[in-house]
Amino acid sequence: MHPVPCRVRSVVRELDDTFTLDLEPPSDGWSFVPGQFTMLYAFGVGEVPISISGDPGDPTRLVQTIRAVGPVSDALTSVAVGDVVGVRGPFGTAWPMELAEGRDLIIMTGGIGLAPLRPAILHTLEHRDRYNNVTLLYGARSPGDLLFAEQLQQWRGRFDLEVLITVDHADRTWRGPVGVVTSLIGRASFDPETAVAMVCGPEIMMRFTIQELERAGMTEDRLFVSMERNMKCGIGLCGHCQLGKFFVCKDGPVLSCAAMTGACWTREV
Amino acid sequence: MSEVFDLLVEHPFFKGMSAEQVRVVADTGTPVSYREGQTIFSEGGHADACWLLLGGDIALELQTPGHGPQVMQTLHAGEILGWAWMFPPYRWHFDAHVHSDTEAIRFDGPRLRDAAEADPVLGFELMKRFTRILVDRMQSIRIQLLDVYSTPR
Repeated sequence: MHPVPCRVRSVVRELDDTFTLDLEPPSDGWSFVPGQFTMLYAFGVGEVPISISGDPGDPTRLVQTIRAVGPVSDALTSVAVGDVVGVRGPFGTAWPMELAEGRDLIIMTGGIGLAPLRPAILHTLEHRDRYNNVTLLYGARSPGDLLFAEQLQQWRGRFDLEVLITVDHADRTWRGPVGVVTSLIGRASFDPETAVAMVCGPEIMMRFTIQELERAGMTEDRLFVSMERNMKCGIGLCGHCQLGKFFVCKDGPVLSCAAMTGACWTREV
Repeated sequence: MSEVFDLLVEHPFFKGMSAEQVRVVADTGTPVSYREGQTIFSEGGHADACWLLLGGDIALELQTPGHGPQVMQTLHAGEILGWAWMFPPYRWHFDAHVHSDTEAIRFDGPRLRDAAEADPVLGFELMKRFTRILVDRMQSIRIQLLDVYSTPR
């Protein structure tokens, strides 16, 4: 499976170390479902898995948000309009958008974890009548680290989406909540008996979030997380991303907590 | 029964306590309100109360030299403000700054302590609830200290 060359249409600097690339998709038949990722290739440097952060309803754009954390992502965040990167995919499993229909939906995320959930949010808003209460609970490091800040403002202005944001650290100029993202659960409107939760963020944050959602009355069959492991092939062959009985690239990244049966607590090998 | 009792008996924090226990706690409570910008208590001050927040937002702050007040956590409607009244030397660990106009029930700390000493069953019920608050806040601070959203390099 070879990378397909894709041209960079635009580069948006979201945060100091985080950029969103708008790419010309690999083919006319390009499509993806919320939760999937691609393997992005910086020619001559290497390849990394990157979540798709764009609108699944718009097949003309491949939007990916990248944080510079190593040589490949450094290279990918240094591209300019007109440059070409390699793309394989889309790969992986989807957020359970159909399961959530007719129910309350909790979207809980922290840091750059908002990027893999943005397609799910956009899909939900596009088909808003299919869902009951929809709540986005988002935690960031500080007010200056809010990803997609402009879009968050727009979402907060909607009457059909509850958006609660907290930060870990702030001074008095921040008027919103300060504390971990789980502290927002008690302020969200959802029926724990039937709601579906989609969770993405640093693994420690997800573990505590799952515990707190279960404490609030939710069961693991309606809790979904997006896992991150060291993916290489993207198609479940190489084994680098093994997590318990799963290959995260193929069986995930979106996994139900019920299916994982404790794999979330498995220490990385 | 009092207005405070009616509020407490329906509140999740007091769920599981008998009506008599709630009445004893309610007898130490007084409705209060604070305006945005007020300081309810300051670090190092005598901890003689706790509050059940009915509305508004409170910021727990630490003064940091050169950086001004840093918000460690915010508390909101339905939450409890203040646990230092339970433990000697009864000193506040943070400043409590009113982020937005706040309505609350203020409980008298020494009277609550006396009631808990006089009735160990009530004392244990209170201890279980305040320990839960302490555990939750300790877990939160631990995660905040891990700085999980920082860039891994």
